[in-house]
Order: sequence, then C-alpha cells, then structure tokens
Amino acid sequence: MLISNLEIIPDRKVVKHLGLVQGSSVRAKHVGRDIMASVKNLFGGELVGYTELLSESREEAMERLIQQAESVGANAVLNVRFSTSSVAQGAAEIYVYGTGVILE
Amino acid sequence: MSFQILLFLILLVLGYFIGTYLEKKHYRSIIKREAELNKLPAVASKILPSGSESFNQTLVMGNVTISVDYFKRFLATLHNFFGGSVTSYETLLDRARREALLRMKSEAEKLNASLIMNVKYETASIYKGSGSGVGSVEVLAYGTAMIPKQPIV
Repeated sequence: MLISNLEIIPDRKVVKHLGLVQGSSVRAKHVGRDIMASVKNLFGGELVGYTELLSESREEAMERLIQQAESVGANAVLNVRFSTSSVAQGAAEIYVYGTGVILE
Repeated sequence: MSFQILLFLILLVLGYFIGTYLEKKHYRSIIKREAELNKLPAVASKILPSGSESFNQTLVMGNVTISVDYFKRFLATLHNFFGGSVTSYETLLDRARREALLRMKSEAEKLNASLIMNVKYETASIYKGSGSGVGSVEVLAYGTAMIPKQPIV
C-alpha cells in the first residue's frame, strides 16, 4: 500500500479512482499523564505524554485508513491529509483522509 | 490572600527561570540538528525537478507538543490587554514547527530518503476549554519522502 500526500506519483499512472477513504480515532490520556502535563505547563517544554498519545492515535487512524482502502481494492492512497480537533478537554480526534486509487 | 500572592510570585519566578533555561536548551538542540539534517531538503513543491532519477515514495511525519511556562502565559495575558505582537507565543510556535520538521526529517533519513516533497503543517491547540486557552500547541509536519530506487546491479 503506497501512502503519499502527493497528487501525482512520478512515473506512475492512476488507472482508477475509488473515491475518498478515511480513518479517524479519538483518544484521551490517562490521569497520570494529565497531572504530569499540568506540572510541565508551569515550566514550559515538551509534553512528551501528549506527543506520544497523538502519534499513537495517528497511527491508529492510519491503520483504519489502510483497512478501508484495502476493502475497496485500492493499492495506493494519494493526497493524504491530516486534521486534528479537540473534542473535549483532554481528548483529541485525529482524522486522516485521502483518495483511494489503483496505480498501474 | 497573602499566601495566594506568594504562590503566584513563586510560580512566576520559577516559570521564568526554568522556562527560559528549557527554551534556550531546546533552541541549541534545534540549531545543532538543523545543521546535521541540512543535507536532506524538505520542500513544499509537488512536482519533481525534471530529469531526476526514479523514487519510491512513502509518507513521513513528525509531531511535537510544547507548552509555554507560567511567566510567559502571564505576559501573554498582559499583551492581550494592550495589544501588539505576543512574542511569547511566537517563540512557542517557532520551536514547535522547527522541532516537528526535524522529527519528520530524521524519520525520512532513517529510510534513506533524498528529498521530502509537499511538506504541510498542521497546528492544533491542546487544552481547549481549560481556563486560559492556548498554553500548549501540537504541531504535525508531514510530507512524502522520496527514496531513490536502488540501481539493479
């Protein structure tokens, strides 16, 4: 499965467009991380817990995107974009979407 | 009441010293790694320069969540009152963007990429709804790593 945020892959032709494929994931962190984050919030610096949380969440959304792309029979997802929104305090939704295509 | 003022002052002073120290340390590390990864260009272009070799593509990304210290948040509140550019948040976002780009680059370097194309940034403010608002931001940088195909020997 080729995942790329380019619209045109050099040297390769799109045989068929299969429409939008997407994956999303909503995650909240546990209390321990939240307390650590509020301490860090006083002194500044990187909130490692959040960074990890969001990248795990992104991986999960990506897996779902790939699953969906496979189920429609795509062999590549092009023009992939990410979107993040915080749904509630301490929970974030990660959304990944792109165009499922068949490349020759 | 006097205890609250004392706590506020202590947090302000601690925030200022530790926050400034951490920020300087972070900037030093950013500048050092930027010099190391300079050989791997990240561009916003979508089109390859003509006549280049053939590549394999893959998506790479890097993310980071950074927060400002208590002192800077206090400064920002003052700025909000008087207007003008809020420098304390400018450095926060600058650090976050550069760090995210560096993480993306180092991921691409592990894959032996020679170029990253169509680089995009995505910024989200974490901690929405809890009091003062901004405080910490998450920045994601992503792009397509171009990995040169191994010549068939």
